Amino acid sequence: MGFEQILANGIVLGTLYACIAIGFSLVWGVLNVINMLHGSFIVLGGYLTYFAWAYTGVSPVLVLPVVAALLFGLGYGLQYLFINKVVSAPVLTTLTLTFGLDMILYNLMTVYFTATPRRVSMEFGRVEFLGVVMPVDRLIGMGLALALTALLFVVLRTSRIGRAIVAVRMDREAAALMGIKVNHIYAVTFGIAALMAGAAGSVFAMVFPVTTNLSGVFLGKAFVICVIGGLGGVSGALVGGLALGIIESFAGVLIGPQNAITIGFVLMLVLLIVRPQGLVGVKGYE
Amino acid sequence: MMAKKSPWPLIAMALWVAALALAPVTLGNYEVRIAISIAMFTALALSWNIIGGFTGYPSFATAAFYGIGCYVGALAQRAGVPAALAWLAAAAFVGGVSFVLGAIVLRLKGHYFAIGSIALVDISRLVVSSWGEVTGGGNGLNVPLLEGRPPEVSALVLHVMLGIVVLAFLANVLTDRSRLGFGLRCIEQNEDAADMVGIDTTRYKIAAFVLSAIFPGAVGAVYASWVGYIDPTDSFDILTTVKVPVMAMLGGAGTLLGPVVGAVSFVLLEELFWANFLEWNRAIMGAIVVALIFFLPGGILKLDWRAILRRQPRRKAAERKAG
Repeated sequence: MGFEQILANGIVLGTLYACIAIGFSLVWGVLNVINMLHGSFIVLGGYLTYFAWAYTGVSPVLVLPVVAALLFGLGYGLQYLFINKVVSAPVLTTLTLTFGLDMILYNLMTVYFTATPRRVSMEFGRVEFLGVVMPVDRLIGMGLALALTALLFVVLRTSRIGRAIVAVRMDREAAALMGIKVNHIYAVTFGIAALMAGAAGSVFAMVFPVTTNLSGVFLGKAFVICVIGGLGGVSGALVGGLALGIIESFAGVLIGPQNAITIGFVLMLVLLIVRPQGLVGVKGYE
Repeated sequence: MMAKKSPWPLIAMALWVAALALAPVTLGNYEVRIAISIAMFTALALSWNIIGGFTGYPSFATAAFYGIGCYVGALAQRAGVPAALAWLAAAAFVGGVSFVLGAIVLRLKGHYFAIGSIALVDISRLVVSSWGEVTGGGNGLNVPLLEGRPPEVSALVLHVMLGIVVLAFLANVLTDRSRLGFGLRCIEQNEDAADMVGIDTTRYKIAAFVLSAIFPGAVGAVYASWVGYIDPTDSFDILTTVKVPVMAMLGGAGTLLGPVVGAVSFVLLEELFWANFLEWNRAIMGAIVVALIFFLPGGILKLDWRAILRRQPRRKAAERKAG
């Protein structure tokens, strides 16, 4: 495989990774919660997309907004009913709570959807450009992932709710004094994170097979990407995702795919020690 | 400096260990299996208590220590080392590894430490599964079986596990009553202040981390000898690594008997649900974890039993005390 091909594979993978990590980063940055449910949200999005496609034949690109809306509702509800009650507790409590919720969601998915790997298969063929060969469905996935990331960026930058989320992240008490309903904003933030996870799952199911066993893998990727990129917002997830995608792609060719995953984790540990705010993160979001 | 501590936790613990040790004499094979499971998780929860309870560091690295212990024990035994020596070697090796890893990850705090400790589990698993020539990779590893008839082997394993429980408990007691424990409690309350008043926080934290690692290392090695087969997914399980802190919290983190009570309750509940609701086992355990966070935040031992027995809400009892 040529250099360009490996790089292109890495970039495509990286945009998908960014999309996977962005919701996790948002919850960590704004709510100060490590959301162990994140991986299962992604798998749920992928499964819902697959089943909608398999039973009704509707294009997964059209199913995606519906899945995203469902996941938003689920995320909002979970945060409002459960996580909000302990949101300012130490990390041990919040992490354990989301892990407990994840066990329930994971069990529901294995019972109702089974753990069979499923993939939306669309035959679009492949394109060749400058000696780089790329399946079209991956390019569509990459386009969707970038569009979603950009959309979240715009929402956080320009909308009232987006500014409220940023305000709560900066100073919860001051935001409350300005009339922002903090609990509602927390729930919206968690809902958006679940929405992004579900949408990422939809995109993923169009490109790779999805199964419940992957929820831990997705969660691990989200850890790594957030630490590499930092928690500063959309840009951190994008930089982290692209970095991890490209590193894994090259490492996979040079030292084998299994070791490539290890490299990601080792890199994360090293960065945790030398630069905990991440490559582009803002210091002080710990 | 410190008030004399009550001897009751030690007496209760001695009676409990003695009762468990008698299981092979009085009970059947199935119950002995459960007793081993209880002993295993009691040792793990007590070990976690030193770093997670006393020091307040949200460590999710238990499965890393346990898994490395499994593999070191198994590899030593395959190389012809007698079982007992292999277990000791596993504990010593894990102690050394945790010293190095502790020096690295204990520089992190809060959320970053939690993520870093989970990463230790993931990295260990990935290294073990990709280092196929030595560890057998994803195919796992057969471990020489212990000699003797099955009931004798179970009894031996149970007694060795209980030995580890006793050592882990003594480590807790000694930590609790020494300068180390005092320093760790200071770190738990305010690390910067502890540093200011002259506590060598780095050394104390590493000591706590190593203490929380050696017993899981031994437990893993003994477990490997008992079951005769290990693989990376089971040895470095994310479920184990979260279950252990949950047990300690269920009983009461940072107390001496809390992890013991928590481990027993959790293992028995799990056994009950495994037996009756196989398909929904995981969801039920999840629901218990959620309920624990909301209804038992301080653990079983912190419950106001007298108020419950008198069938009065705790608030009323508190009001009366105040008024």
